[in-house]
Amino acid sequence: MAYSEKLLDHFKNPRNVGTMDKADKGVGTGLVGAPECGDVMRLQIHVDPITQKITDAKFKTFGCGSAIASSSLATEWLKGKSVDEALAIDNMAIVEELALPPVKIHCSVLAEDAIKGAIKDYQTKNGIPVTVVEHTH
Amino acid sequence: MGQRLIYLDNNSTTPTDPRAVEAMLPYFYENPGNAASRNHPAGWAAEGAVDLAREQIADLINADTREIIFTSGATEGDNLALKGVFEMYKRKGNHIITAKTEHKAVLDACKKIEQMGGEVTYLDVKNDGLIDLGELEAAITDKTIMISIMWANNETGVIQPMEEIGQICEKHGVLFMSDATQAVGKIPVDPRKVGVHLMAFTSHKMYGPKGVGALYVSRKNPRVKVTSQMDGGGHERGMRSGTLNVPGIVGFGKAAAIAKDEMHQDAARLSKMRDRLQKGLCDILEECYVNGNEDHRMPHVTNISFKHVEGEGLMMTFNQNIALSSGSACTSASLEPSYVLVALGLGDDLAHSSLRFSLGRFTTEEDIDVTIKQVSEGVTHMRELSPIWEMYKEGVDIDAIEWSAH
Repeated sequence: MAYSEKLLDHFKNPRNVGTMDKADKGVGTGLVGAPECGDVMRLQIHVDPITQKITDAKFKTFGCGSAIASSSLATEWLKGKSVDEALAIDNMAIVEELALPPVKIHCSVLAEDAIKGAIKDYQTKNGIPVTVVEHTH
Repeated sequence: MGQRLIYLDNNSTTPTDPRAVEAMLPYFYENPGNAASRNHPAGWAAEGAVDLAREQIADLINADTREIIFTSGATEGDNLALKGVFEMYKRKGNHIITAKTEHKAVLDACKKIEQMGGEVTYLDVKNDGLIDLGELEAAITDKTIMISIMWANNETGVIQPMEEIGQICEKHGVLFMSDATQAVGKIPVDPRKVGVHLMAFTSHKMYGPKGVGALYVSRKNPRVKVTSQMDGGGHERGMRSGTLNVPGIVGFGKAAAIAKDEMHQDAARLSKMRDRLQKGLCDILEECYVNGNEDHRMPHVTNISFKHVEGEGLMMTFNQNIALSSGSACTSASLEPSYVLVALGLGDDLAHSSLRFSLGRFTTEEDIDVTIKQVSEGVTHMRELSPIWEMYKEGVDIDAIEWSAH
């Protein structure tokens, strides 16, 4: 299976690898997947309380190259977006950007779920009503 | 690429030894004959070449030439042995015993036999990959016609206690079939000595060409018969019709002759390199687990789990330079890791973290140095990216987390 240049670049030079303080009120953490499935993604966002914009994003992923690239790309896209804009990120956009092969689409789904999980965590922590988003997949 | 690809996937397939290639070449154009053409020199030349190859192969496994049935490979050999015996010995019984760690060619043939009215017992294995002889014997019923246990496992290299299994088969009057694909040509394999009656193996795992294999079928004590699965011109004593792949068989024969001469020195050299590779990686990296019994193992194989790193992703860090296999299959079609490793009692997470290194005749000391370096760097890199490695380092109980399985 040949991977796209973009995917390989995200895999070899992953952006925004790291860990934020889960206890920080401005931080939302999404942890999705399971070790027995071969994928665990942890995506974290930091949200500015006034502007409701995502000021920073970090990830760590246990998984295949596509899972790592998908989460790396997601953190890039999240920075600077409002919470509502972030919620609109669709997994198929990740599939397209990285040219994921059909067998790896679940990696993009995981990334979308991690984004939504992080936002939900942030909203819950801050007493903001959780935005309900319909799953597109 | 610039750099030579380091090939440590010899359990998938071996490179064809140039000496085998050379032996094959005259049988494409100069000698075009069909080995079944009995009336002209081209046919005689082909027949002579096949006869020689049959001797070379029989010689390697201490068999009679009439006990070698050429096939297209081990998958066909497994199918012919299992289904062929099931059909031939129907009146004696319908029960077959095998193990959960067998190759898919055996397991799927057994599934088909179940659909055909057979009953199959799939034995568990112990944590080191060996079958439990007591359990094996206890599984035998008056309907049991055959026990099928592989000689050496493709993923872990674990070698089963063939002699003891042979004695159990002898005691109960049950046929003993073995998929010896990974063993023949690499360690001494003598089916008669250990009481194996049918044995499938293939050329391309022992430095011969792909697309040709053989099934050993015992001719005396007992004389075993199998019902053919391919109907046609009645080749191979009626057990396997189809024009013989003459160049392939010639290459297979040459590979067998080379293996007989060089197997012992290859094994001694490779086991040293394998041990150095295994020790090198486990010395540099924490949380490495070697899978399968290390004392009963093929000399060129090691299967290691690198905890909290996913195998397929790990391979991507070095797969431009090093070719090997992982027990992890991370695709939407199959999220299940290696069933062989799971049968050894590994958790799915450790099974997903495994790499199989299988060395071969053309592996060099430098290959091992480069592999230790690049794989250990890859594991370190992937652990820096791994959230579960971070949790492990912080002392979080990973098993206690409620994961959102996808």
